[in-house]
Amino acid sequence: MIRAGGTITARSRGGRSAAFEVERIRQDFPLLGEKIRGKPLVYLDNAATSQKPHVVIDTIRQFLSTYNSNVHRGVHQLSERATEAYEQARTRVQGFINAAESREIIFVRGTTEAINLVAQSYGRTHIGTGDEIVISAMEHHSNIVPWQILCEQTGAVLRVVPINDDGEMLLDEYVTLLTPRTRLVAVAHVSNALGTINPVREIIRLARRQGVPVLVDGAQAVPHLKVDVRELDCDFYGFSGHKVFGPTGIGVLYGRARLLEAMPPYQGGGDMIKSVTFAKTVYNDLPFKFEAGTPHIGGVIGLGAALDYLDGVGLDRVTAYEHELLAHATEALSTIPGVRIIGTAKEKASVVSFVMDGVHAHDIGTVLDHEGIAIRAGHHCAMPVMQRFGVPATARASLAFYNTREEVDALVRGIHKVIEMFV
Amino acid sequence: MSDLRELYQQLILDHSKKPRNFRTLEGANRTAEGHNPLCGDEITLYLQVEDDVIRGIGFQGSGCAISRASASMMTDSVKGKTRAEAQRLFERFHDLVTGESDEKRDPVDLGKLAVFSGVKEFPVRVKCAILSWHTLRAALEGKGETVSTE
Repeated sequence: MIRAGGTITARSRGGRSAAFEVERIRQDFPLLGEKIRGKPLVYLDNAATSQKPHVVIDTIRQFLSTYNSNVHRGVHQLSERATEAYEQARTRVQGFINAAESREIIFVRGTTEAINLVAQSYGRTHIGTGDEIVISAMEHHSNIVPWQILCEQTGAVLRVVPINDDGEMLLDEYVTLLTPRTRLVAVAHVSNALGTINPVREIIRLARRQGVPVLVDGAQAVPHLKVDVRELDCDFYGFSGHKVFGPTGIGVLYGRARLLEAMPPYQGGGDMIKSVTFAKTVYNDLPFKFEAGTPHIGGVIGLGAALDYLDGVGLDRVTAYEHELLAHATEALSTIPGVRIIGTAKEKASVVSFVMDGVHAHDIGTVLDHEGIAIRAGHHCAMPVMQRFGVPATARASLAFYNTREEVDALVRGIHKVIEMFV
Repeated sequence: MSDLRELYQQLILDHSKKPRNFRTLEGANRTAEGHNPLCGDEITLYLQVEDDVIRGIGFQGSGCAISRASASMMTDSVKGKTRAEAQRLFERFHDLVTGESDEKRDPVDLGKLAVFSGVKEFPVRVKCAILSWHTLRAALEGKGETVSTE
């Protein structure tokens, strides 16, 4: 049995100490009480997707069962209610990441679509033959492939900032890659495969000094860190609902209004137009210009509920608690003979990628699954990262604020079973 | 751990730790590469086929215990077999690990390969077990494109 006996004292940013009552928080997540093969679930695959609190499930259920209807077009009361809830969620997101205006919040399917939108709309307008796009060597495929597609379409060139053996971006190299030909920088806030927290504030400052806009892939950051797009001074910021305890199929693209206004639509359809004739179509204002078709209304409303929930827990406290949890996991795994942690940056979010001598990540995953422990095994959609570290795959335990020290200890016991079996 | 032992039988663990025919084959006249993009398993298979018979076989690559053991035991079991015999073994092995069966197929004795019967309980691992066999078929059916004269 996993029992979370103690609580960890988390120091909030203001210096105020408060016990982080993880056992009480776990009660908010129905799935965490599930059993796998008769054993209590130990869910350590949060970087893939997070579990959902009751309030998110209930909010979506309430929408679907009491005021489901389309938005922005109905004269009837249900549509008014749905529209109001939908737009309230937009304002909610705006506040959550401290955007200047709610029209800077575009609802998309997820981070992947956010990046593709910028690549195809901003990129095809502003990036041409011989121009350069700078990314890092630790990007998820979703922050590589859209740029490769754009390069194929336009003749632009992709430049990649290398990383060191700890999985940290080499800022000196980055500076030399910023040239008069650079048109855009696209970089992960937090690496999904390594856990590295990139110094995005500095990355953005260096780019903007040369007038180069920056897109930040925030998929792995928003569940762990307080994000303030104005403090970061980024031009685009994307994240996914399902990684922040909200539903799948919904995500956010933040864009600076000035840039979004000048960008052509990404997709055409309903809701994104003011008027259509066969001679001329007038596009709608922001944010609707980028939201063609009926949106994922329940997803948006559910995402709003998830952000409210996360605010209630307090991101400062989440960050502090997860920091303790990561330190415990790192220390515990480091003492196991034959285990090597991949990704040892000084600044890390609660992700521990590791390999074991003589055991492939999939076999680790299968044995742990038999102990009720869910981790990810594979290349984590970051094959260049695997190549950089010379490993075919890693096992990855990614922690959320509802995970406990006892669950980390269960992981350690599970790894000993792996050793028993294979070594 | 008991049902895990059904998957990771001693013979499988033995072959994964000490794979047989784990080498680049001198004099190979057919090669093929296999790849599981989802999990990163990679195999390169080397065959020396003479008069329709697999005279020599070797493999290289990286992968999990199941894919390594499967490749190792496959190389042992198809050596000296004709192309048609190897194809029949492939079909039987496929049935074994997927839990499907085709009544119309000729009964073939799988021999030691039967230790992979536990794989059918682990659907996500089927592709690990079957990768080397698909690669074998690609090498045998090669149609020239991967044939090497070295």
